[in-house]
Amino acid sequence: MEYREMTAYDLASQAKAVCSDGKYNLTAMFANDERSMNGCFSIYCIFAGEGIFKAFKAMLSSEEKLEFPSLTPSFPSAAWYEREIHDLFGLVPIGHPDLRRLVLHENWPLGLYPLRKDFVMDMYVPEADTPYPMAHVHGEGMFEVPVGPIHAGIIEPGHFRFSQSGEQIINVDAKLFFTHRGIEKGVEGLSIELAAYRAERICGACSVSHALSYAQAIETMAHIHIPRRAEYIRTLVAELERLYNHVGDIGNLCAGLGFSVGTSHGSRLKELLMRLNERVTGNRFLRGMVIPGGVSYDITPEISQEIQKGVERLASEFVDLMGLLHHNSAFVDRVNHTGILTRHAALDLGVVGVAGRASGIDRDLRRDHAYSIYESLKFTVPVQTGGDVDARLWIRIAEVEQSLQMIRQILTDMPDSQGTLQVPIPEIKPYSSGLGYSESARGSNLHWLMIGENNKIYRYVVRSASYANWPAVTVASPGNIIPDFPLINKSFELCYACLDR
Amino acid sequence: MINILKKIIYTGIVTEKYDGGPVPPRFRGEVVVDNKGCTDCQVCATVCPTKAIVITGGEMSINHNACIFCGRCVEHCESQQIRHSDHYKLATLSGRLGDHTGKLLKERIRSIFGRSLHIRHVDVGSCNACDFEMNALSNPIYDLQQYGIDFVPAPRHADMLMVTGVVTRNLTQALLMTYEATPNPKIVMAVGACAASGQVFGSSYAVRGAVDELVPVDIYVPGCPPRPQALLYGLLLAIDKL
Repeated sequence: MEYREMTAYDLASQAKAVCSDGKYNLTAMFANDERSMNGCFSIYCIFAGEGIFKAFKAMLSSEEKLEFPSLTPSFPSAAWYEREIHDLFGLVPIGHPDLRRLVLHENWPLGLYPLRKDFVMDMYVPEADTPYPMAHVHGEGMFEVPVGPIHAGIIEPGHFRFSQSGEQIINVDAKLFFTHRGIEKGVEGLSIELAAYRAERICGACSVSHALSYAQAIETMAHIHIPRRAEYIRTLVAELERLYNHVGDIGNLCAGLGFSVGTSHGSRLKELLMRLNERVTGNRFLRGMVIPGGVSYDITPEISQEIQKGVERLASEFVDLMGLLHHNSAFVDRVNHTGILTRHAALDLGVVGVAGRASGIDRDLRRDHAYSIYESLKFTVPVQTGGDVDARLWIRIAEVEQSLQMIRQILTDMPDSQGTLQVPIPEIKPYSSGLGYSESARGSNLHWLMIGENNKIYRYVVRSASYANWPAVTVASPGNIIPDFPLINKSFELCYACLDR
Repeated sequence: MINILKKIIYTGIVTEKYDGGPVPPRFRGEVVVDNKGCTDCQVCATVCPTKAIVITGGEMSINHNACIFCGRCVEHCESQQIRHSDHYKLATLSGRLGDHTGKLLKERIRSIFGRSLHIRHVDVGSCNACDFEMNALSNPIYDLQQYGIDFVPAPRHADMLMVTGVVTRNLTQALLMTYEATPNPKIVMAVGACAASGQVFGSSYAVRGAVDELVPVDIYVPGCPPRPQALLYGLLLAIDKL
């Protein structure tokens, strides 16, 4: 990957210049400890637009004060990236409006930065009691509702602090990163093959998307092309993943407003797809199919037929389910005008995927930065402008239809087997880096890798769709009543595991 | 309303016997080893991503609690002595339900819970795959409630904790407090490879390890994630309702 190099001092002004015409937007920002190479910490920024990615590499000498001008005043989407860099590398973004901790919680002592290279993996870290203040709203009649990290349902952990005036949400502050497993640090020094299993396990519901982003990053660096049939199979499982996620999410949305007939039918249809997944890859979450250099299994004629059968059955039952929702006034009443995320806010926060497209942001990596075989598939990218729960629901419904169409195309057009479905990964030039990306059911998943000596991972960065979208939940919620929060939250359907890593 | 009723009647009853669902040919279940032809090359142990394979004195053993059923050992075994079977009922009892507990006491615990078992889910660092499979238990196909088992919103109402994920530093306090809040007698199930072994993501600054390093575990259910049928098997095994 090519980088425009600069000093960290110039980063903010250069970033502003590249985004000034509105064609590019900040899509990832992360740091890397390169002191052993050039005596610097590097801060990377990736901008997406016009079908390409532009990358900046801003160097910050370790001899100087570890500070750089913050991007957040001009790019609200940089707020979390910079907080994370501050937590894990100890680099201080000067002018950042909210430098509270993000990834590390109270239990982590001050002045210890786990992603620096001199932090040894197994180092004993004493328990601490560092402050982690939550946002408060003061005034007459105001009260707070703390929720989580352990929730009432079977949900991932996160802590929400609602500042309420009666039923009205005035403000929500989220404390997340409870499931932070240190995956990025954990894979440092691992071989490409072994790290792939962890990449696939960053998140259950986005297993294929993460495996795909990771594999594509490796393949870009190694300058290899995988067999065409393997590309088709990858795209097939990626669309199967989108399908079961969207169908499950639509059913689950009914649970958010107590419409149990919808929930039951949704979960039954999802089960149908999960069983199909197990038939295709041996795992209900499609794990084990996408590997660096290709795919593990072929699609035999029998499996192809079964997918076809399953997809057609789903298509007809899905129409029934949509009918139940569409003609249910209680349902329509709850989802309309609930949890509105305006286009302006979505652009500022760099919101991606379904949530972005529901707020009028017409972006989809599959079309705009076409990877794998998406260029040769016919599909449209549905866009809505309402920005409410209803808009996000209808985007999902439209995407289910698109995915069904794509799966049909893939099964018809898949080229015949030419023997192997894998190519070996050659020795990658040490300290080269690359970007891999894919569009998951939630939005763009970006993986950035730097390979060290002997094809071992030097640095691994994961910018998941949930990472980009979480801040939007706290923006879309105020002004709604607190019983609608589960509904709003479910309509974004963000993974905590993807975010926390 | 009439459409809803029509859909319900048309769909009919879809609930299956707990192990009635099909096991597809590609499913990767229990790892079976034929030690006779083993050449002691130890490749399987080095390629295992979660260090689930241990070789002692030429004998190879698989820790299914740590296995992520990826098939890498099967693929790399030069003498082709390793294979995946379609067996997924791999849950094992331990702690208060294990062998060292007296028969009478064990029967008493199981009979109390056997009438109705209330479960609280605790995610201590999961990738959400195990969580989604637990959610699937409530769908009409598995219909968990038919066994007198249900999920409850609070640990104070629970008899059992189903714990998913490797215990992270940030969730340690939540796990300990939830365990404390659950009334006695209580049982704990470690769901999936992360919770049961703590080895899936290796060791890192953010990870404490397996669930049993912090609270006593009574049932281990291997899998990455365990399929819903494997979870049901574990639950029914625990309350002696198989």
